[in-house]
Amino acid sequence: MKKKIVAISLVILFTAALLAGCGTASAETLYVYNWGVFMDTSVLAEFESEYNCKVVYENYASNEEMYYKIKGGNAVYDVIFPSDYMIEKMVEEDLLLPLNYDNIPNYANIDERTLNKDFDPANVYSVPYFWGTLGIIYNTNYVEEEITSWNALFDEKYQGQILMYDSQRDSMAVALSLLGYSINSTNESELEEAYNLLVEQKPLVMAYVNDQVIDMMIGSEAHLAVVYSGDGVYCMSMNESLKYVVPQEGSNYWFDNMAIPASCENQELAEAFINFMCRDDIAIRNTMEVGYSSSNKAAMAAALEEEEFNNEAYNPTDEILARCSVFRNLGDEYVQKYADYWTRVKAH
Amino acid sequence: MKKMRVLGVPYIVWMIIFICLPLIFLAIYSFTNRTGGFTFNNFKEFFSPIYIKILLNSLYLAAISTLICFLLGYPAAYLISRIHNERKRNVILLLFIMPMWMNFLLRTYSWMTLLGNNGLINLLLQKLSLPPLNMLYNTSAVLLGMVYNFLPFMVYPIYSVLTKLNQSYRNAAQDLGANNRTAFLKITFPLSLPGVITGITMVFMPAVSTFVIPSLLGGGQNMLIGSLIEQQILQAGNMNFGSAASLIMMVIIFIMMRIMETFDKTKKDKVEINI
Repeated sequence: MKKKIVAISLVILFTAALLAGCGTASAETLYVYNWGVFMDTSVLAEFESEYNCKVVYENYASNEEMYYKIKGGNAVYDVIFPSDYMIEKMVEEDLLLPLNYDNIPNYANIDERTLNKDFDPANVYSVPYFWGTLGIIYNTNYVEEEITSWNALFDEKYQGQILMYDSQRDSMAVALSLLGYSINSTNESELEEAYNLLVEQKPLVMAYVNDQVIDMMIGSEAHLAVVYSGDGVYCMSMNESLKYVVPQEGSNYWFDNMAIPASCENQELAEAFINFMCRDDIAIRNTMEVGYSSSNKAAMAAALEEEEFNNEAYNPTDEILARCSVFRNLGDEYVQKYADYWTRVKAH
Repeated sequence: MKKMRVLGVPYIVWMIIFICLPLIFLAIYSFTNRTGGFTFNNFKEFFSPIYIKILLNSLYLAAISTLICFLLGYPAAYLISRIHNERKRNVILLLFIMPMWMNFLLRTYSWMTLLGNNGLINLLLQKLSLPPLNMLYNTSAVLLGMVYNFLPFMVYPIYSVLTKLNQSYRNAAQDLGANNRTAFLKITFPLSLPGVITGITMVFMPAVSTFVIPSLLGGGQNMLIGSLIEQQILQAGNMNFGSAASLIMMVIIFIMMRIMETFDKTKKDKVEINI
């Protein structure tokens, strides 16, 4: 009998633990799902005390990781931070709620440069948070010439000193830009050409990396690397020999945006949070902490006062932005094609 | 007996929810396409040259690292088991397991700071005015990472079998004129095979499916099956193909385990007959 009781209580315990994991959001809890190292987390406590609520803060490492969690429907988040092409994909699949801008008056603080982009033409679903470019960071102690072209990553004199991103979209973007094609190309022969170029490049590449690129460039482990502008800003602030450039052939111009998933149960509090994040003082703290370009006008101005932010990585000129384009959602078929090409490059 | 069965209920519930159900989902995904229709295409696709190459490369690297683990691990286990002072023996065992108290990722990252172009080893070489070595981001670095991380899984099972061995078999062999080498090859080693088999299985399985080590120490230059599954599911969003690849890998590991098991059994019978 005793054993039966033990067994039953264990079953109850396991089930209870399971149910606790999928509890629903209570009225005063806000679930925020953001990229890792993408805000000054001390502002969360301020939001909690101002709105008398509790914030649960979780991180993800890629758009796709976030997407599958939302799509799977077993995670309840109230505010998420998808990139451009992911906003487009999620809107197509009805995974985002239209925003009520009456609750987001601080939207007026947002830089017009970052609004009304093709992925969300009237910003119905998203408010830009951070933005930037994709470029080359290089160590001027080892690279004597001025880098202006993606060609440098395919130059034999830098053999074994080049770091590429282990990401199908970004690596294909490098090759497509160099060839003069769109980074959103869905033309088979263009993709094939880009693939061949990446295969040719493989013997020159030291490694295909992710966030390790930051530490490796700061530690002078490699001479050239592909990085996002925000990471470039951080690297340059830590190592003075580093220089960031957006190549002349053009590149990716990206936006990470705040949005509310359709599963949100407390839209008003979520909108209050987005409004809070658009407030000047909060935006300043976030951009100073992370190093990515803020979409908030006052934060941009404040950052440019600081020496480490006053450069073309943090604040690209209009001329640079004119040669860059934003990633579009290519649809399942082409996402798979890009992935297959990338698999073939890496297994070559 | 009946009471014991009741005690097993929580584990059965646990196994159904966390082992059986996920396996069923995996099977469903692998036999369907993106829209949910039944298909064999995921498996057909897997048997194209590029994926076979990735699979063979994974099996090859896992086999090599298992072999190295065995060559390093067996003598280590043997020597530890021969230490008579129990306190000394426990200290050495503790030293073997101590690195595993640290997070796996952290240990792998620390190899990066050791082997890097400006890493500790190269700094030392520079101090001695020797040319720097290119140690990171190649197949040897991946093998090193695997051997380093999985070696304890080889040493422990072998050690635990060796310590429990009845020494009188060995003494009898020596009384009958066998020298040390013959006694080891004919008696000790065959009797320790169950530990060796467990060790091989426990090293081979994580080695064949790891994606962290090739990504961090191999610089993503070697695409292994673990990385392929990760990329297909997370980057390409192809749950179906990723599931099929996982299923194929599970079947391969299962077959290998069965082969090892029969090997184990036949050997054991033979030893008993010999004695």
